[in-house]
Order: sequence, then structure tokens, then C-alpha cells
Amino acid sequence: MALDGVDLAVEPGTVHGLLGPNGAGKTTTVRVLATLLGFDGGRARVAGVDVASRPRLVRSRIGFVGQYAAVDEILSGRRNLEMFGRLYHLGRRRSRERAVELLERFDLTGAADRSVRTYSGGMRRRLDLAAGLVLDPRVLFLDEPTTGLDPRSRAEVWRAVRELVAGGTTVLLTTQYLEEADRLADRVSVLDRGRVIAEGGPEELKSRVGGGRVEVVVADAGELPVAAEVLGRMAGAPPEVDRDALRVSAPVCGGGAGLTKVVRALDEAGLDVEDIALRRPTLDDVFLGLTGRHGTDVGDTEGRGALEERS
Amino acid sequence: MTVTGRGAEPLPVEGEPRGPRAWAGRAGWAVADATVVARRYLAHLVYKPDELVGTLMIPVLAVLLFGFVFGEAMGAAMGVGGEDYREFLMPGLFALTMAFGIGNTTIAVVTDVGRGVVDRFRTLPMAPSALLVGRSMADVVSALVDLVVLVGMGLLVGWRWHEGQGSALAALGLLLLLRLAFTWIGIYLGLLVRGPEAAMKLFSLVFPLAMVAETFVPTEVIPAWLAPVAEWNPLSATVLACRELFGNTTVVGESWVAQNALLMAVVWPLVLLAVFVPLATRRYRKLGR
Repeated sequence: MALDGVDLAVEPGTVHGLLGPNGAGKTTTVRVLATLLGFDGGRARVAGVDVASRPRLVRSRIGFVGQYAAVDEILSGRRNLEMFGRLYHLGRRRSRERAVELLERFDLTGAADRSVRTYSGGMRRRLDLAAGLVLDPRVLFLDEPTTGLDPRSRAEVWRAVRELVAGGTTVLLTTQYLEEADRLADRVSVLDRGRVIAEGGPEELKSRVGGGRVEVVVADAGELPVAAEVLGRMAGAPPEVDRDALRVSAPVCGGGAGLTKVVRALDEAGLDVEDIALRRPTLDDVFLGLTGRHGTDVGDTEGRGALEERS
Repeated sequence: MTVTGRGAEPLPVEGEPRGPRAWAGRAGWAVADATVVARRYLAHLVYKPDELVGTLMIPVLAVLLFGFVFGEAMGAAMGVGGEDYREFLMPGLFALTMAFGIGNTTIAVVTDVGRGVVDRFRTLPMAPSALLVGRSMADVVSALVDLVVLVGMGLLVGWRWHEGQGSALAALGLLLLLRLAFTWIGIYLGLLVRGPEAAMKLFSLVFPLAMVAETFVPTEVIPAWLAPVAEWNPLSATVLACRELFGNTTVVGESWVAQNALLMAVVWPLVLLAVFVPLATRRYRKLGR
């Protein structure tokens, strides 16, 4: 995956989200900044240190949590953290103390001496996060920290990230989920094909996209054109028609009020509506709004949990 | 791209330390880091001993099968009795076990790369050499455990060393040297292939290579067209040298390699190390390209 013009400046003590579909260059960006990938043009500084010329110094100031829970499966949680402590050159005693602190902080004390094999997905991810925090890093990279997690584990990880940022850590987070960026990030950069195509606060981006989409399911295929005509008039953007699902959808502004207007207009047209719903904007909508085309293979906000290939 | 840390104060940008003292400090950390990594892999042997059991399964079964079931027949082919054949066999099995260790190394490395563990190690401020060196250290230690078990097994079935403890220890040293060389082949393969399935396929290639050697029969009973392969197999040199050092039954062929087995048992591993240490190191660095 080639990057072409990724400009990021992240304020200390904030969460910056990198949002984009598979292959947009999110992972590549994070891997470059975390010294895992070389690059041939441009400049990158992390925690005040030039990545290309001082990779080791960068490594002593960052934590990196990749897409997979990169902890030792066989060792216990405690031994994992002690090992990472030693490799961060904390010394034997301090490594041991730090492991105890982190186990407590991530609510893993009860499972501390069990093999990681017996951990649930959420526990593994928490241990993984703890391992990235052994040094209390200034900058933490999180590459899709909640992909593949169930909603409860996801909420646990979000809580942990918020606590970290409250403690002053700067976080660069990649995600396919608009909801995740919405919950965690102070600012978001939207990536597409290796370039940043938009940047701003999550609310700002969403308002650029509009309030969301209205989806209307009609009872009969014959009513689809009428429904499309109504929605098209209300939305000011061409609606999408799904013939198999008997569904028409279009972006609307104004949230609930917008929905009410649509309902009224449909009623006036005398349509037999089976179902109508207002869907919050998804990453796909952001994409459609920004680029005029769909992002491919994009997980929706409900989180189908599609795993991204490492680019 | 700039990702700034907390605090707006300008951070001191130190240069990488230079000079002999810094160099010694770095070397010290490299050893310490490699030891931590080695201890991780050795802990696996304790918590998940099936790797160790798996490695020992083949030679232990081979002792029973070739030593007792086929022993008389194999011995007859060489013109010796079953007991002598068992003496002949054990050094072959020691070396075979060293070769089969390649499989464990490759699978462990492939798994670490696949699970992102290698990525995490690469973002730590540890010595870049530590992961690979640590793995090779752990392999040599676990090979020592393998050898202790196999020597015990040998003693049970009547195998003995006859040339004194010094020579016996030298033979074990040669076996460990061979394992060290094979470890680096395993590391290189582990960094090269993707996924444990591919690693298993590669491992099936190790099988014939470990057999077409001095392992089970002297090279002179191997078909003439294949004999040079067996003679020049690094395994053969170590097996012949060990038979000599243990004072076991041996058949030394006419070829130059067979005549200079002791020398070649040192040279071969060193050559393999000279090739595969740089290859593996380069491959490891290239993971980031």
C-alpha cells in the first residue's frame, strides 16, 4: 500500500482517528510512524523525534498495539507483562511491579497467573493494550483495537483508551467504524487510496455528510418508483433503489425532523410503506459524501467485524 | 507527519551514543535482551511440553523400530549383529533429532510473525538481534534436553560410549553445533514462508534429507548415484564424527568427506551459519520494507 500525501499533526493529549476502508493506508501510516515500515519520501516525527534517523529513540517513547493481540499465548498474563518490561529495559524488580500495576488497572489480576490461552477475546485485547503501556508511552498507536470484538469487550477497550488520554497520552487510532471514531477521537482524518481526503472533528465530518439516511421499504415493487421520486425530492440527492429488498434510501438532513417530513410526504403520495427507518451515517456514507463513491468492503457501524488484510 | 507527545516543551534529541563504552553497553543489552527472549521460548517447553514430546517421539520410536524390529536385518546387511547395529544407530538418531528441530523453529517463528508478536518486538527499544539470537539460544538449550533424554534411552537399550567422557562430551558438542546451524535455517525459513501450513510442507522436505545420510545405514549400502548426496550431507559428517568419538560401530567410507568427518563436523555447521545467519538477519530487517 503506497501512501501519497498523508499529512497529520496530532495535538498532545488527544485522540486522533484514522478512518477509512480496507486498503486506504491506515495501517501503513501507523506502521510507518511506529518504525515498523520504512518510507522513502516525506518526514515523520513522533514525540519530537525523527522516525527515519532515530528509530530506537522513537521506540522508547511509543506503545504499539497492532491488529492482532500480540501477546504470548502460552505464558500467563503476568509473565507476558514482565517479559515486555524486561525488553523495555525496566529491570527485573521494576518489571515485576509494573506488571502488577497494569494487571490491576486492566482488571486482569484474577487471571494474572493463568495461561493467555484461557483468556476471552476482550481479556486478550486488554492484556495487549497493557503490554503497549508498559513504558507509560507519550504516544500510543492503536491499529483497529476493537475489530472482531464483541460489543462488551469493545466498550471495555474504549473505556481504557479514554482513561489513558485523561492521563495525558496521545493516541493515534485507526478504525473502520465511524462509531468508534465518534466515541473516542477528538479529530479524525479520513483516508482513501493512501491520501487524507478530509480532516476534522467527528461532528464536523458527519454534518458534512448530512444527518443520516432514510430507508423506506415498500410493500410492492410497483411502488418503488414513486417512493424513489418522493425521497429524491426530499433529500436533494439521488436515492438508491434496492429492487430485491423493495427498499429505497437517501440521505436526509435534520435528523428526526427530516424523517417526519419524509413520512408526511410518503403519506401524501398514498404509499403503502412496510417499514421506515432513519439510519445514522456510516463510514460508507461519509465516503459517499466525500468521494461520491462507496468505500469497498466497509464494515458498518453495527460492526460486522470484517478483518482487514494487513496492507 | 507529526505525532506529538504530551507537553509542548522541546524534547532533547539525543544522537545515538557512539564510542567504545556505548558499544559495550549495547552489546551487554543485546545479550540481556536475547536471554529474556530465550527464556520466553524455554518457558514454552515447560508450560506446553508437547513440542518437546513431539520432537522426541520420532527418535524414540526409531530406536524401538530400527533397533529391535529391523535391527537384526539391518545389522545383517552390514555384517554385524543387532546389538552392534544399535550402537551404530544411536549417533544417527541423535543427529536426526537435531535436524528435525528445524520444524519446531520454523513453526515457532511463523506463528510469531503471523500473530503480530514479531511486530510488537520490533517496536520495543530492545536490541534488533535479540529475537533471532534468543530463539537460537533457546533451541540449543532444548536440544540439550533432547540429547539427555536420548542418551538415557540409548543407555537403556545397551548403547555405550567407549572413548572416555571427554570424547563423549565433544560428540555432544558437535551435535549441539549442528543444531545451532539448523536453527538458523529454521529461523530463515520461518521468516520466509507464510503460515504454519507452508512450514509443514517445507518440513516434509527435511525428512528425506535427514534420511539420505549416515543416519540409519552406512552410505556404502545407499545406491551409487545417491551416495555422494549422502556423503556430503552435513548430517553424515556429524554422525561419523560422533560414532568415532563415542567409539561406536562405524563403517568409514572411502570418500574424502568420510575420511575427514571430524573436520567436516565442525566446518559444515560453520558454513551453514555463515550463510543462514546473514540471510535470516536480512530477512528480519526486510520485514519492514
